[in-house]
Amino acid sequence: MKGLISKSLGLHLGLIALLLLLHFILPDYHHVSLARIMVLAVYALGFNLLFGYTGLLSLGHALFFAAGLYGAGLSMQFFQWTAGPGFVFGLFCAIAVATLIGMLALRTVGVSFMIVTMMFAQVGYLLILYYNEYTRGDEGFVILRELRMLGPLDLSAEGTRYLVALALLAAAILIKLALVRSPTGRILVAIRENEERTRMLGYDPFRYKLMAMVISGGFAGAAGAAYGILFGYVGASFASIQYSILPLLYVLMGGAGVVLGPLLGTIAMFYLIDIASGLTSAYLFFVGLALVLLILVAPKGVLGTIRDRWVPWLP
Amino acid sequence: MDGSICMDFGPYLLLASLEGAVQAAVLALTAVGLSLVFGVMRVVNVAHGEFFMLGAVLAWWISNMLTGSPLFGFLAALIFAPLIVAGLAAVADRLILKRLSYDPEATIVATIGLLYIIQQGALTLFGPDARPVAAPFDFRVSFPWFGYSGYKIFVILACVLVLLGVWALLTRTRIGLIMRATQFDRETAQAFGIPVARVYTGVFAFGAMLAAVAAVLIVPTQQAYYLMGLDPLLLSFIVVIIGGLGSLKGTVLAAAVIGLSDGIITIFFDPTLAKILSTILVAMILVFRPTGLFGTATR
Repeated sequence: MKGLISKSLGLHLGLIALLLLLHFILPDYHHVSLARIMVLAVYALGFNLLFGYTGLLSLGHALFFAAGLYGAGLSMQFFQWTAGPGFVFGLFCAIAVATLIGMLALRTVGVSFMIVTMMFAQVGYLLILYYNEYTRGDEGFVILRELRMLGPLDLSAEGTRYLVALALLAAAILIKLALVRSPTGRILVAIRENEERTRMLGYDPFRYKLMAMVISGGFAGAAGAAYGILFGYVGASFASIQYSILPLLYVLMGGAGVVLGPLLGTIAMFYLIDIASGLTSAYLFFVGLALVLLILVAPKGVLGTIRDRWVPWLP
Repeated sequence: MDGSICMDFGPYLLLASLEGAVQAAVLALTAVGLSLVFGVMRVVNVAHGEFFMLGAVLAWWISNMLTGSPLFGFLAALIFAPLIVAGLAAVADRLILKRLSYDPEATIVATIGLLYIIQQGALTLFGPDARPVAAPFDFRVSFPWFGYSGYKIFVILACVLVLLGVWALLTRTRIGLIMRATQFDRETAQAFGIPVARVYTGVFAFGAMLAAVAAVLIVPTQQAYYLMGLDPLLLSFIVVIIGGLGSLKGTVLAAAVIGLSDGIITIFFDPTLAKILSTILVAMILVFRPTGLFGTATR
């Protein structure tokens, strides 16, 4: 058991070290892409906690991403806050929204849960459009460069941006690894496998599902706040249905219920969309095709399949 | 203001109700398709709006291919567009949904994928422009206060006719009996020799066909556009949920209420605010009354 723990911890730390190494050798274009990918991967990691581990498919996660994004962006814009307080406030907003939505939506199960989360996210999107006096609606707004400072660090500089994104991703991976290996993580998996039996064993599924929802929303909010702060743009498209579908796509691609699945899936889908949109304006065609093929051929994703075949110890 | 333009409240309400009735009729037809698929197959078809869009786009294509009177083109579109859409839906069912064993969560993901594929396919083949389709006939019904498009009144009547047909099919024929038996208990139906797989394919195709019929009927008053599927999808969801998932009577009733009230609400509220309020309302209904307002608990 001890060897197992150190093996998986070694794998994850090694991956983080590899990403650090890439910072020094990647060409500019991929350097910027990878910074974006790492932030989006945090979003997908949080989605995986809810979908892959707890078995809850939310179709409205863009709401939490947007809560983080707008929480950070608007507070920085109106109170002239810098990146630190802005990020914390964005994270707080996302957690608050996730708690509220969780308490309502978790009263439903299965298909209703998906539709309810999608509808709440749609409400969030419409609210952003409705209050366009403050949010500037679809057009969005730019966070001022001089506010995007973390102490002495200028987060709009490419090198710092990459390292901060990496730090966030590393924190997310390690928190999630600790969580899924803890007794709590096992209860979440138990709820996914058989909710009634878990209840019979004396655990309150609602409490654990709400906790998973709040942590997952927190990851999404952290990613949203970081995305706004690091790349300087806040817009309503980040709250649209499409941004609720993206993490699902990343997680399905990489492997639901595997800690590293979302990261691999985000890298693969990001470059697939990047290459496809270079070829055709109808790149969403490939997104749709990827969704259908994944759910048909490899519902466990790349890493899920690898774990089944070769590496059973993968957390 | 000039007296001839400024109408009294009564005629104004009549005009709003007529517009509402057109919307309600088309919405009922679209939503019944979604409701049937959910009721019998337990599949939430997120691509339903895209079948609606395909119906409209095919109507444009067919009526443009056939030169001659608009009536001839329209009739051809009304027959062939729904058949083509039904065929595509049957293929999608066989290739995708059947292989997922109609698992509710997996089929949602798959139909989201289908939505993107159809939408982007239409963008590539049909182009990004909205295109008009000519109405088959052009006469105005004259009321004492205003004239109203005779075609729109025809749309209402046609939708009611089709809905009556669907109702008769479900309650008065052997096909309907088989569909209801499958809905009620899939395993027992299978044990009694009902070809459940074929029933599922048929229901999925039929649901898509109803959306396409609704689209062909309404497209002469709108325009064919590759993104036009999203609004009917969301509205159908709302109608099906409020009417009770899987309940046809409730679906038609809810479509009438929502279609009629939509016109009136948008007079008093900002359209975005109206959408926000109705979406919150529907979400709350799902949270606190999961079987909808008219539905009964399902097995």
